[in-house]
Amino acid sequence: MSGIPHDHYEPKTGAEKWLDRRLPIVGLLHSTLTIPTPRNLNWMWIWGIVLTFCLALQIITGIVLVMHYQPGADTAFASVEHIMRNVNGGHMLRYLHANGASLFFVAVYLHIFRGLFYGSYKTPREVTWIIGMLIYLLMMGTAFMGYVLPWGQMSFWGATVITGLFGAIPFIGDAIQTWLLGGPAVDNATLTRFFSLHYLFPFIIAGLVIVHIWAFHTTGNNNPTGVEVRRTSKADAEADTLPFWPYFVIKDLFALALILLIFFAIVGFMPNYLGHPDNYIEANPLATPAHIVPEWYFLPFYAILRAFDGDVWLVQIVQFLSFGIIDAKFFGVLAMFGSIAVMALAPWLDTSSVRSGRYRPMFKWWFYLLCVNFMVLMWVGAMPAEGIYPYIALLGSAYWFAYFLVILPLLGVIEKPLQPVATIEEDFNAHYGKDDAADRGAIATPAE
Amino acid sequence: MSHTEDHAGTRRDFLYYATAGAGAVATGAAVWPLVNQMNPSADVQALSSILVDVGGISEGTQITVKWLGKPVFIRRRTPAEIEQARNTDLSDLTDKMARNANVDDGASAADENRALDDTGEWLVQMGVCTHLGCVPLSDAGDYTGPEGIGGWFCPCHGSHYDTSGRVRRGPAPENLPVPPASFTDDVTIQLG
Repeated sequence: MSGIPHDHYEPKTGAEKWLDRRLPIVGLLHSTLTIPTPRNLNWMWIWGIVLTFCLALQIITGIVLVMHYQPGADTAFASVEHIMRNVNGGHMLRYLHANGASLFFVAVYLHIFRGLFYGSYKTPREVTWIIGMLIYLLMMGTAFMGYVLPWGQMSFWGATVITGLFGAIPFIGDAIQTWLLGGPAVDNATLTRFFSLHYLFPFIIAGLVIVHIWAFHTTGNNNPTGVEVRRTSKADAEADTLPFWPYFVIKDLFALALILLIFFAIVGFMPNYLGHPDNYIEANPLATPAHIVPEWYFLPFYAILRAFDGDVWLVQIVQFLSFGIIDAKFFGVLAMFGSIAVMALAPWLDTSSVRSGRYRPMFKWWFYLLCVNFMVLMWVGAMPAEGIYPYIALLGSAYWFAYFLVILPLLGVIEKPLQPVATIEEDFNAHYGKDDAADRGAIATPAE
Repeated sequence: MSHTEDHAGTRRDFLYYATAGAGAVATGAAVWPLVNQMNPSADVQALSSILVDVGGISEGTQITVKWLGKPVFIRRRTPAEIEQARNTDLSDLTDKMARNANVDDGASAADENRALDDTGEWLVQMGVCTHLGCVPLSDAGDYTGPEGIGGWFCPCHGSHYDTSGRVRRGPAPENLPVPPASFTDDVTIQLG
């Protein structure tokens, strides 16, 4: 699959040859698992495996939860309590599933910001990046609909607020909102369709994950230097890379074990820490929780949504220029979806000739500020929309857009990047103390 | 073997376009039921009009009923609440429109344009805050009637509504909307 020179699978036994002529599946698995991988990958390259694990965890725990869950406005809440109290080990399965979503988002944010720092989105990996963004959007949709299923107060009112966003679309918004809800308000029809889609989306994600892996196996992995693997000869390529199995699989599994240690501590001892107590009250269309807050992983974008109210002069100008079609509410919706759209466009907004942030002295600081900004938005998204908080949210939202639309394009012109190392081998040796070709052969041959 | 490029604008081109067009129509016809099934079903639509028995509501109290999945406040006001609502100067209001589905669009927010009957005893309105859709609390806020009852307060972001359901303070942009409502007999109100 990869253009990096490496050994290919050769069927040896009669049975292997027989199968290979009819379905070369063993060869496909072999080349996928032994893909030459840059040997200097650091610990930020473990999140892909963590994400794959999360997807599998969510699908498996989800399938068994569905064996006991009963979608329906009258039955959903009780069936979740039934899972928690009566089903053998049901509380553990549900807590794994609920906290698994949080681990999923921790991993995906670290994975995305890894890509943003090391320029993993830059040519020739744009398609990998775009598919990743599609996966992220589907993840958000899946998580949102999953949170509605227990039919608690936060489920109901979260669904009301979020589907209300579609009602802000000019002219056709009300019709779209009614179509999404299956009625004038969130009710049974909404719950059952969300359940259907919540079950479907993970399988679409799984399909996209395969395409995501296919895409970066075609271009080869990025690495902390951003320098490409040499493809001039097999010896050069082997000096820059190691096969994914066993080297990176073992490394990633070690990291996964540490992460799961923390994960299971949370699932076992503080399973409701990331949830809202209000969601243990059954949905009631006639009473609102005092403070409607989305799950933590939506907070930065929720902050951007709320930041643009009618007092912001930019909103007023747009409202005036569009003859009132784009009002403050719709502007907020556009800003929220736009904040993800500008991230998806990063490959074309970043004009720098150097890929990795390691060799970009100015970019580094703007990037660190983006990370801090993301955390600030997450915090302010959980605060009530009054007092000083809307101003902080507005400032954070402005920086988010400025980073992608102004800073990334400008830095490529005004910044003078450092000289990256010539080869991955050089970077690896500088970090791990091997300095000559003598042990090349020893490293490149897997100890099998 | 024929050369299609020699037959531009001929019967074969026509067949291509006709086939593609028929295919597009067939695809659309196949997809539409899949989209349309998500629209409100017949039983949901049937609930768009309900009858409410208001015979048991005494003066100075209200009931909340669910209509179209949303709460509706039906209040029987005291004379003091009515008087306070009718003596309010229109220039003090945030939203100067009636927001009443039963009167003309341009009607002012005077209490006469919001109450269901001429005496103003009955006030019917959606229990949905016009800010972000929370359900306001009754008999609360800074604009209750002289007896300390009437008026609404939204606990989410602090919008205050007066005894006529008009927003007086807070982030809510509009008065509580009045749904289509009418008396079918002395003790029954039809919503929708």
